[in-house]
Amino acid sequence: MQPREHIAGIIFWGATVLSAGVTLAVLGFMVILSLPIIKNDMILEVLMGPWSPDHGLFGILPMIVGTLCIALLSLVVSFPVSLGCSIFIEIIRPDKFGRFLKKFVRLMTAVPTVIYGFVGVFLLVPQVREFVSHGSGMCILSASLMLGLVISPTMILFFSQSFARVPKTYLNAVDALGGNQFQKLIYLLFPQAWPGILTGIILAFGRAMGDTLIALMISGNSVMLTTSPLDSARTLTAHIAMIIAADFDSIEFKTIFVCGGILYLMTSFGILLARFSAGKQN
Amino acid sequence: MEKNVWDMLLGFFAWCCAILLAGSMILIIGFLIVKGYEAISLELIFANTSPLEALLFKQQVFGGLFPAMVGTFFLVLLSIGFALPLGLASGIFLAEYAPDSIKKIFSLCFDILAGVPSIVIGLFGFSITILLHHSFNSQIFPCLLISALSLAFLVLPYIIKTTQGALESIPLLIRLTAPSLGATKLENIFLVLLPTSISDITSGIVLAIGRCAEDTAVIMLTGVVAVAGIPKSIFSGFEALPFYVYYIASEYSDQSELMKGYGAAMILLLICAGLFGISHWVKKWLTEKTRFSY
Repeated sequence: MQPREHIAGIIFWGATVLSAGVTLAVLGFMVILSLPIIKNDMILEVLMGPWSPDHGLFGILPMIVGTLCIALLSLVVSFPVSLGCSIFIEIIRPDKFGRFLKKFVRLMTAVPTVIYGFVGVFLLVPQVREFVSHGSGMCILSASLMLGLVISPTMILFFSQSFARVPKTYLNAVDALGGNQFQKLIYLLFPQAWPGILTGIILAFGRAMGDTLIALMISGNSVMLTTSPLDSARTLTAHIAMIIAADFDSIEFKTIFVCGGILYLMTSFGILLARFSAGKQN
Repeated sequence: MEKNVWDMLLGFFAWCCAILLAGSMILIIGFLIVKGYEAISLELIFANTSPLEALLFKQQVFGGLFPAMVGTFFLVLLSIGFALPLGLASGIFLAEYAPDSIKKIFSLCFDILAGVPSIVIGLFGFSITILLHHSFNSQIFPCLLISALSLAFLVLPYIIKTTQGALESIPLLIRLTAPSLGATKLENIFLVLLPTSISDITSGIVLAIGRCAEDTAVIMLTGVVAVAGIPKSIFSGFEALPFYVYYIASEYSDQSELMKGYGAAMILLLICAGLFGISHWVKKWLTEKTRFSY
């Protein structure tokens, strides 16, 4: 082999190793920087306790619960609508209406999240405040509604992709047997496409967990443990954004690396699950 | 054909969902346009400075959106500049060089990186700053360079995946022609494979630019500030459009500031929708230009 070819190969290889190194370095930094907390046997206290820096309590449990509540509720809001939209695109109107909706959904992915947050603050929050008639309107419900909209394109595109992958001959067979659309969906598409649907749900959940701006802007950011969807809550991501200005050497500051580490591990676990379920549909 | 009740219900449900989704999106964008269209003017961007003087950087703009737009522009330019060579090279390696077993491990790595929340990437950038500050030079603070670098990490997996996917989807016929005529692997990659897949790669890059322009969480932790003017160097703080929108939503003090927030949100939306449009147009245009006829 010519030396030029050889050098090029080494450069490409080096770039790949460097890029992959970033993935590991992110985790490495989170772990190393939260070492002081792990070493001092504070990790359980941090993971399980309440947050009250004035009393020396630095637990991030309320933020973990807040993250899970907001992500779950947004999924509950968004899943039926996304499923309905993908059924619309693939089964009900696969003609120009469906194609138009699909383009529209693609365009939705290009809208910056800060815009959803901005409109949430000035349009959704006042409505929720009036509807609930107490509090500021900044609560889990408001954040989940907005976040549901943000994660719906992920689900819709994944669902309709996995519907579209069901072989055409199967669909024709159902038609030939005189099956209607509803039967086609229940007996053919769902059993065939469920791994794709599951993958979409997992990825959307990961997106909902990782989003910072919506939660930071419209969930109210209170550090109390939440009991109802109308309570204000703070997510792990919002917590990182708010504590970043604290003193470098304080325990407060060190806990955000625990938050970062938890977010990293949870999303990686999601990716592994999604890959596993995506591999099921062939 | 007679329709049964279940079919009608299914159709009704699907129509409802489609209308609900499209309706809420139109409501959001419509709200922004109705409230914000009055704010859009040259004064919003340049305040009292003359546009020409500002564009030539002869005069500082105070109170307009111009510094934030320039900040976003440089930020995007720098981070794509970092991410593009690295991403392209990695994509080429994965598609053309790596054996299957290695490819699996690496692509899992990049999937994970793509899934990491942007705020965690921001935190990573911030901890690099602390590290550099303590061990190299105490003059290093969160700045444009650090933000651009962190954003580059954020979009890197997208560029890699686009490049890899584009190269892998090239049909065998095109892939084998040049080598069978005696071209080396490198010549084949740069003279045949990359030009053939240029439309997919370019549209992926434009989408990556859009992500750089819209991301707020990363830059929030790595050097964006509310008021900085035009960035003087890559080691200074900077303003950016998405952060400005966030800042106004949480800290506005009067109606005129709020109107500027609406204006900034609209400009950001226009930029991102425009980039999305460009990405589609580029794909179509380049596909026509590079199409082979067999």
